[in-house]
Amino acid sequence: MKRTISVLVENRAGVLSRVAGLFARRGFNIESLAVGTTAEPGVSCITIVADDKENVMEQINKQLNKLIDVIKLKEYAPDEIISRELMLIKVTANAQTRGEIAELAKLAGAKVCGLTRTSITMECCDTTDRVENFLELCRPYGIKRVVRTGAAAIEKGSGQLSLDE
Amino acid sequence: MKVCEAMVKCLEAEGVPVIFGYPGAAICPFYDALSRSSIRHILVRTEQSAAHAASGFSRISGRCGVCSATSGPGATNLISGIAAAYMDSIPLVILTGQVDSRLLGRDVFQEADITGAVEPFIKHSYLVKNEKEICRIIKEAFYIAQSGRPGPVLVDVPMDVQGRETRFDYPKKAEIRSYKPSSKGHPGQIRRAAEAIAHADRPLLLAGGGVFGSGAGKVLEEFLSKAKMPAVHTMMGIGALPEGYPLNLGMVGVHGVRAANLAIGRADLLLLAGTRIADRSVPDPSLLAKDKKVIHMDIDPAEIGKNVEATIPIVGDLRLILEQLLEEIQPISFPDWERETEVYRKAPLTLPLTGHFVSPHLLLKELFRRMEPGAVFCADVGQNQIWAARMFRLPGGRFLTSGGMGTMGYAIPAALGAKAAAPERQVIAACGDGAFQMSMMELATMVQHNLPVKLIVFANSRLGMVRELQEREYGRTEAVNLDGSPDFVKLAGAYGIPAFRAEDNGGIPGALDLFFAEKGPVLLEVRVDPEEPTLPRDYYE
Repeated sequence: MKRTISVLVENRAGVLSRVAGLFARRGFNIESLAVGTTAEPGVSCITIVADDKENVMEQINKQLNKLIDVIKLKEYAPDEIISRELMLIKVTANAQTRGEIAELAKLAGAKVCGLTRTSITMECCDTTDRVENFLELCRPYGIKRVVRTGAAAIEKGSGQLSLDE
Repeated sequence: MKVCEAMVKCLEAEGVPVIFGYPGAAICPFYDALSRSSIRHILVRTEQSAAHAASGFSRISGRCGVCSATSGPGATNLISGIAAAYMDSIPLVILTGQVDSRLLGRDVFQEADITGAVEPFIKHSYLVKNEKEICRIIKEAFYIAQSGRPGPVLVDVPMDVQGRETRFDYPKKAEIRSYKPSSKGHPGQIRRAAEAIAHADRPLLLAGGGVFGSGAGKVLEEFLSKAKMPAVHTMMGIGALPEGYPLNLGMVGVHGVRAANLAIGRADLLLLAGTRIADRSVPDPSLLAKDKKVIHMDIDPAEIGKNVEATIPIVGDLRLILEQLLEEIQPISFPDWERETEVYRKAPLTLPLTGHFVSPHLLLKELFRRMEPGAVFCADVGQNQIWAARMFRLPGGRFLTSGGMGTMGYAIPAALGAKAAAPERQVIAACGDGAFQMSMMELATMVQHNLPVKLIVFANSRLGMVRELQEREYGRTEAVNLDGSPDFVKLAGAYGIPAFRAEDNGGIPGALDLFFAEKGPVLLEVRVDPEEPTLPRDYYE
């Protein structure tokens, strides 16, 4: 089962390597990982997307919780969150195909952010599925390079993952 | 005051009586400050022993063990000892020197990323870059090491930071917002557990090392006198069950006794008390969940559901959980089940006898009979460990071994630590000739620091347990022959340690007479048949 885990951590040297090392040495499957600061000074949020059996997911949560620098974490099912990832994609483009690709980008909600005589670079910020879909749409034109971040996620509704609870 | 002086002051504030260590350039500021303190320093002969000795000290004193080493190889040599302590949940604070902070990351002389290197087997670690944080960090290190599930914590201090000026302000309490270990068990789960006990036909308690970790021995005794059920223990739980408990069926596991393993199979309710159900205790834990209820009591939530499915998980300090449970249960006994386990216990245990060698079982039986009550026995790793674990009977005694990691060379340094913790208690370390040669440099430490430990070396010129495994699995042996080993009696003599040899079973009483008559350190070499099996031969029948 696919789950997204939001992990609030102390923003200290070595935290990311501790989290990443945990996944590696215990053989947990990790799909993506994104890190960034939060509104709280000194606190970062690591968003982890993992796909494993239920009992393994439970172990992932418990083992993460054991790390001293992990303040708090919460696991979400796909329908509980709003999730976005960013893809930067550079596609081969010439005078004939440029307009068509730009039209695709527009329909897919992507933005053109770089243009040369032979290529077009676009940013697509969306759910992992829709990013994936846009990538496939671009493939026939010739993909030169793709760079993707991990997914960042936030819970739906007015709830929050607060430090105080 | 300088940071290095503050470090020593912090240790004094924690009431640390002794440090096991080995100096080097990067930790010299700390050692200079230590020379002006009344804290005892025991100079081991290799850093790995410092961590093992701190572990032995901790297990006998019930306090945090402290060890120190320099940067680079000093720190990396500690790793096996740290990993062993981590696996057995022993609280340690490890202080290491580091190269100057401005040189970090440049691969300078004796630089090693020790906080990075120990990450997989340490509870937490710090690299101190800001001199103002030293007191808070050391306070946190002691708190984290000893609270929750205990474990080692490392504090790495660069040499230039050790020399900087700071203010000594040791916090009374550690406040860590991201670390709140649980203490009491959930009342609802306690009630469910009490009900399960009341309705069980064949309940069995399995005691692990957590009984020592939480200091639950006394309340466990009260619990078992109110709910009189058969009980078994793991290797880490040797000595955890009440002294002389009539329903103690012995050690479970791959190398456990038959009665204990049979009882596990037959029980309909298992009470796991401070044990993680490691693979050597229960090789296939999925079988447990099939036909029995499992009450799993552990301080570490991650242990619950990791190896065995728990019907009633109770997270918390075992001592507090048992206190809660004691209030909730009614006095109960299980006469039919008791009678059934009686039958198991009649399973014979014959001792292998070989004419030209000493039977380790016979020797150990006699050794334990003669040891002082409350003595400490440190077992190394390998055949000697299993022989001793199965034979161990000692009122109020402790059995120390590297249970989880199985680190060879543990027994002698751990015994030094135990002796430093309790000079009045008799301390005996036993190893095979393999592990002895991994730790025999510590004979000097024993002499230098007046730590009169008694040593037994089971000599069969083999790595006995590996030999056995190779013969069983591959039909031949490779690289297990220890030819070229020194004469251990002469070797001890070179250190000024009296030593004796027992060549056959007839020589046991005389050798033990001499062994126990010695007041100072003493070594007894026991010649064992190279073909001696780990388990008594009839175990296979």
